[in-house]
Amino acid sequence: MASLDDLKKRISSVKSTQKITKAMKMVAAAKLRKAQENAEKGRPYSKKMNNIILNLSSGISDKENAPKLLSGTGEDKTHLCVVMTSDRGLCGGFNTNITKKAKQYFQKILKENKVLKIITVGSKGYDQLKRQYKENIVEKISFKDSKNINYFDADKVGKIIIDRFEKKEFDVCTIFYNQFKNVITQIPQEQQIIPLKTNEEKETNSDSSYEFEPEEDEILSNLLPKNISTQIFKAMLENSASEQGSRMSAMDNATRNAGEMVDKLTIQYNRSRQAAITKELIEIISGAESL
Amino acid sequence: MSEEFKVEIVNPEKSFLSEENVTEVIIPAFEGEMGILKDHISIISFLKPGIIKVYSKSEEKKYFVEDGIVEFKDNNLSILTSSIFKISDLDRNKIDQIVKDAEKETAVDNIDDQKKYLIDQKIEVLKNLNLN
Repeated sequence: MASLDDLKKRISSVKSTQKITKAMKMVAAAKLRKAQENAEKGRPYSKKMNNIILNLSSGISDKENAPKLLSGTGEDKTHLCVVMTSDRGLCGGFNTNITKKAKQYFQKILKENKVLKIITVGSKGYDQLKRQYKENIVEKISFKDSKNINYFDADKVGKIIIDRFEKKEFDVCTIFYNQFKNVITQIPQEQQIIPLKTNEEKETNSDSSYEFEPEEDEILSNLLPKNISTQIFKAMLENSASEQGSRMSAMDNATRNAGEMVDKLTIQYNRSRQAAITKELIEIISGAESL
Repeated sequence: MSEEFKVEIVNPEKSFLSEENVTEVIIPAFEGEMGILKDHISIISFLKPGIIKVYSKSEEKKYFVEDGIVEFKDNNLSILTSSIFKISDLDRNKIDQIVKDAEKETAVDNIDDQKKYLIDQKIEVLKNLNLN
């Protein structure tokens, strides 16, 4: 059994851990609000962009000559997966959930004998994937230095992807991220961005009587690269809200667990203190009796 | 009947401007300036660097954009852009800074024509702005 002194030390160490987790929870809660706001503000842009592209692509007359970013290369051999995770740990299952989802997808691809390439965004994802898929990772990106998520960063990732696409390094591109639903639920998502999936339900059944200036395909070829950056940006925003939410609930749990542990240790401490006193009393009494 | 329609300018971070009652919007479309009034035909176009002017009955607002996409449909004008500034927020220093950055970009050797054209446009617009 642990001595009284040891127990005392453990109690104080658990207490200071609790203080840290509590503080982290507070910070995450404050950041979450901001991140959530940003994610919500960013939604109209990506939604509008998506709508315009849907309208455009349904209006395009010559499907054969459609831009490659929309229709794909016509092959399905090399898959590029962009796994987007956080740069910091201590956020519960946030990163693990994404990589788990991604790994399922990787296995499916490898089973079909296709080539797999991975880009990781965020250092935690790289750490988790490098053990198993080191030779598949072609690039790792991290935005540790930029404090806030900005479109500029997303654009950088988008340009890297498009660059590789134009060099014909892959045929299909999928991004993995966590979608923020609420503080306790984040849903890991896989979203194919190249070729663009247009079979989503259309919001309005427009008869697409648009006038285009310049031509449809010219607009499309300008728009599609932007759309990729936009989708990445959206994923980044959702991710950051999810990260903070996940961290908040993880730290909340940790604080509660630490509290429970302190209670348990305190009871143990008091019991053994009592036991020691009782033992001493018995010794004194029996000593006095023997006289 | 009212002559007013709705305009919305969004950038990736947020909804930049949303107004219900504008009478005319002038946008720097890729193939020339375009004025949009109520009941304009549905159109999709994209922007080159220039000034967006938003007129309502009581006031006039001006914005500088670098690029973007415009969609007009059912009397809803949506402008998606990644870089937009309200002109009243810009001062000379800021303008000079943007111009300087742009000039640096054109100085690169292997720049393609379209890009160069766009940047030149941007510089020109900004320089003219200075005179105001």
